[in-house]
Amino acid sequence: MSLMALREQLNMLLNSMYIEGLLDQQFQQLQMLQDASSPGFVAEVITLFCEDAERILTELTKLVDQAVVDFQKVDAYVHQLKGSSSSVGAQNVKLACIQFRQFCEENNKVGCLNALNVVKHHYYLLRNKFDTMLQLEQRIQAYDSKQQN
Amino acid sequence: MGVDPEAQFHVLAVDDSLIDRKLIERLLRTSSYQVTTVDSGSKALEVLGLMEDPDISSPASTDKNQIEVNLVITDYCMPGMTGYDLLKKIKGSSNLKDIPVVIMSSENVPSRINRCLEGGAEEFFLKPIQVSDMIRLRLYMLKGRPKEQQQSQQQENKITTGSSSCNSNNNNNINKRKAIDEGLSPEKRRPRFSRNSLALVSYEKEI
Repeated sequence: MSLMALREQLNMLLNSMYIEGLLDQQFQQLQMLQDASSPGFVAEVITLFCEDAERILTELTKLVDQAVVDFQKVDAYVHQLKGSSSSVGAQNVKLACIQFRQFCEENNKVGCLNALNVVKHHYYLLRNKFDTMLQLEQRIQAYDSKQQN
Repeated sequence: MGVDPEAQFHVLAVDDSLIDRKLIERLLRTSSYQVTTVDSGSKALEVLGLMEDPDISSPASTDKNQIEVNLVITDYCMPGMTGYDLLKKIKGSSNLKDIPVVIMSSENVPSRINRCLEGGAEEFFLKPIQVSDMIRLRLYMLKGRPKEQQQSQQQENKITTGSSSCNSNNNNNINKRKAIDEGLSPEKRRPRFSRNSLALVSYEKEI
């Protein structure tokens, strides 16, 4: 695929993610922070976010599954995930976390179970698209460096 | 051209979140500041040369701190020592009290904001932090500089930022993002002020 076609694919992917609410303006901030001196910045942040999110989701799954749920602990984890999703611009995940925290505050176990599923749903949708994004970016960057050689 | 005065500003960033540390580091470097990041208040105090145990009063304090820090930017919510606790320790230390401290938080809690400002914080940023927030840090770091350096730095600022009032009054450009509704998309959000923080901080024009 030509460089131009790759770039177009990436742009279309990004646009769709913004339109569908997977990403918000904060992600644009990340993009702006990437430059020649820091070409892997966005990829690094995305990767860190995904690792962190999956660690948290694993913990949450265990916690919410208990007979007696420790809502404070659950809330602390959701707070973390909300923070990191906000920082990277993962809008739908962030909003789902906000809802989740409501249920924690209400000590509502069923609500928490559902909310966790919603968070997971949005997270995995996003993860999927991030994977594609990073692959496209890799191919584009490889193309660029080949051209320069 | 000589030494770039901007490169001399050293910021210590404190946050327990790895992602936020990455971000703040990048933001600060992009703004040409030197950066050190740590993940806790106690590590921050180590870097600043202030031992937690007052009995082990640092011999390093005779040659000041090993690393000179021009500003501390810290997250509020951290396990163990909160950003507020760190603020109080810094302001309570004769060595360190003049170092400007800025607090960040993902949560908009007016009482928290007021408490930090009253505790000596220069400013309170809501996360996620923006590039424009970084530029504001310079105002606080300049305060600590000797007059001659301040003036030449201001000349630079007037040229680079186009602001004509960057030193006349600290409150002119106070961050107006202290109270923002969660869930609003950034394009729609307008800076607002909670009543409490309005009482503490003066603004030239209202939004």
